[in-house]
Amino acid sequence: MSDGTPPAGDELPSGDDLRTRSRTALRSQQQPTVTVLSSLLAVQDELHYIPDEAIEETATHVKATINDVWSVASFYTNFRFTPPGEHTIDVCWGPSCHLNGAQDVIERVHAELGVDGEGETADGKLTLRYSTCLGACALAPVIAVDHHMKGRMSPDSAAAVVVELKGA
Amino acid sequence: MSVAFSELRQKADSEWQTLTAGDRPWVRVGLGASGAAAGAEEIYAALTEALGSEATVSFVGSMGLCYAEPIVDVQMPGGARVFYANLGADEAVEIVGGHIKSGRANADRVFAWHGDEQPEGLDAATRLYDLPTMRPQTRLATRLCGDIDPSDMSQYIANGGYQALDHALEDMDPAAVLDEVKNSGLRGRGGAAFPTGVKWGFLAPNPAPVKYVLCNAEEGDPGAFNDKGILESCPHTLLEGLILAGYATNSSNGFIFIRQGHALPIESSRKAVQDAYAAGLLGQNILGSEFSYDVEVALTGDSYVAGEETALMEAIEGKRAMPRYRPPFPAAVGLWGKPSNINNVKTLAYAPAIIRDGAEAFKQVGNESTSGTAILCITGAVNRPGMYEVAMGSLTVRQAVEEIAGGIRDGKKMKLYQAGGPLFGPIGEEGFDSPIDFDSIAKTTGSLGSGGLIIGDEDVCAVDLTRNLMSFNQFESCGKCFPCRLGMTHMVETLERISQNDGREDDLALMERMGSSMRMGSLCGHGQLGYNPVASALKYFEADFRSHIDDKKCPTGACGDGRMLTPTHTRP
Repeated sequence: MSDGTPPAGDELPSGDDLRTRSRTALRSQQQPTVTVLSSLLAVQDELHYIPDEAIEETATHVKATINDVWSVASFYTNFRFTPPGEHTIDVCWGPSCHLNGAQDVIERVHAELGVDGEGETADGKLTLRYSTCLGACALAPVIAVDHHMKGRMSPDSAAAVVVELKGA
Repeated sequence: MSVAFSELRQKADSEWQTLTAGDRPWVRVGLGASGAAAGAEEIYAALTEALGSEATVSFVGSMGLCYAEPIVDVQMPGGARVFYANLGADEAVEIVGGHIKSGRANADRVFAWHGDEQPEGLDAATRLYDLPTMRPQTRLATRLCGDIDPSDMSQYIANGGYQALDHALEDMDPAAVLDEVKNSGLRGRGGAAFPTGVKWGFLAPNPAPVKYVLCNAEEGDPGAFNDKGILESCPHTLLEGLILAGYATNSSNGFIFIRQGHALPIESSRKAVQDAYAAGLLGQNILGSEFSYDVEVALTGDSYVAGEETALMEAIEGKRAMPRYRPPFPAAVGLWGKPSNINNVKTLAYAPAIIRDGAEAFKQVGNESTSGTAILCITGAVNRPGMYEVAMGSLTVRQAVEEIAGGIRDGKKMKLYQAGGPLFGPIGEEGFDSPIDFDSIAKTTGSLGSGGLIIGDEDVCAVDLTRNLMSFNQFESCGKCFPCRLGMTHMVETLERISQNDGREDDLALMERMGSSMRMGSLCGHGQLGYNPVASALKYFEADFRSHIDDKKCPTGACGDGRMLTPTHTRP
């Protein structure tokens, strides 16, 4: 797991910038029902994580307390609180994928990324996440790169996907 | 037929005529989750670029024949549909382009054809509905999946869509719609199999001005993708069902509840709702009737328990998805304290067929125990994984695996199946001859649940699969009830120990005791059913556990020599 330190070498957006972008995301919600959860989802869509500034802005936007917002943000496992890498790889470990060799795929992805679990690579460029189900179980084992699913994976084809991403 | 609907219908029919028998061929690219994972988006891009104005190229949803994805079909104006399967992007351009230029199908690569007249040169090709994966199906809820562009409401209307709603609003009062659903014998397809008409009947008489019908499309069960399949392939079937449910129960608002991140079903539901508003099928005075109804798509974050009906309402309200105490039940005090009903996608997707063709026609499908169909998602060690809609009770599990899914890969033997979601365990040979319906499978330690059937071959160790299921359950415990939160954690630790040949004689009794505390001390099914997978595995595969505990070895080698790689997150 990331220890929360920002990836080296990249310009991080300033607090003011995060605040402005959070506000824009909060106000851009089209649906009639706006809640703490819908607001956090909108922010993460825009920023790809939930910085402290967004917690405060969400609380203001939906007239909730900061504690209320943290309580929701810490519950749903898709929310993250540090910036992700440039690309995110999801690997599925659900039972359909498991019975079709997902553990071997995951181990190989670990080896290619040089990680031993979820989180960012040492250079902070790639993020690995475990998924309980990506929804294409008939093409197990499945991985996804930036939400684009790739099915019928083998350890070798998954490794090729990672190698291509590392070169990108 | 109402005036408003007849106008929609006329426009839709003429557009359909142009698509299928106009001056250009129609090329359909199957894009569901499995199509996308097999590369359908690349094929679509390549075909659009290569064909230019020579053909209309559309995305359609998935027919459910996932083993054959990506699937593309070509329809020459007025002719039959000719399907090509397992295509790469380059060969798709060559095969489809060649077909369109010459007007003749590439007979060597044809997967199947469908239409009135057999295309020239395809004497040896199979009719679509003669494929072993299609012949046993009775497609009610998935009738149009893979046939129409899910983002084009007109295509749904041209194929019988919204007829049921128009008929209900023109010729039936809400009570008559409710009676029809009651008489159809429809039972909830989320897994609990509760009679839908009875459930709607709890909500209908409540005089409150604001009442909600909530469509549960959370579908967190790994191995089940039929809800998402319907939404991404034919979202208007669900929407029409949701509007009918609103009419039958005199409700004011509907919600479609989907997990964030599943882009296809979310986009497709949103588009469907937007188009329905624009056509007067939602909003004030639907199709000129007295009935007004609003529908909105609500997203949730990642949480399996959010699919539990009271936790779902918490999530729509924007809170942590933790179950509520019952009573009061949702039909009395539900979303924002208002009377509410919660229905699964599949349940609602049957409503148009029931109202259009009548309760009797629906009861003709299925068996005495359950009318209608089961929408199976068969995955795991089979030759032809996919989504197949079959009449309830028409096949046993063994027949479904052998006849539809083409048996076990590499000529191996089937050892187990697992159905009903991760709170149910593996079932062995003695259970393979259960007819596929709710009551027959419930006589074993399993559940038909929402229709996911995960098949394991002889190489699977039951201990390994069980620790996978329990790791999921541990990860997804919402944490509200401590017997579930702690019980799941200890259960996974115990299973890890057993799988690593470090199990103790009393581990099995220990898990049973934990299971009984979880059953008694948990608010929702997640904790109450938490011991199920272990109990089921022990019933059918005690030998696998004994091999690990007594002989210190995995019976198949599947357990490997380390911890299973699963997330370590717990909810604070």
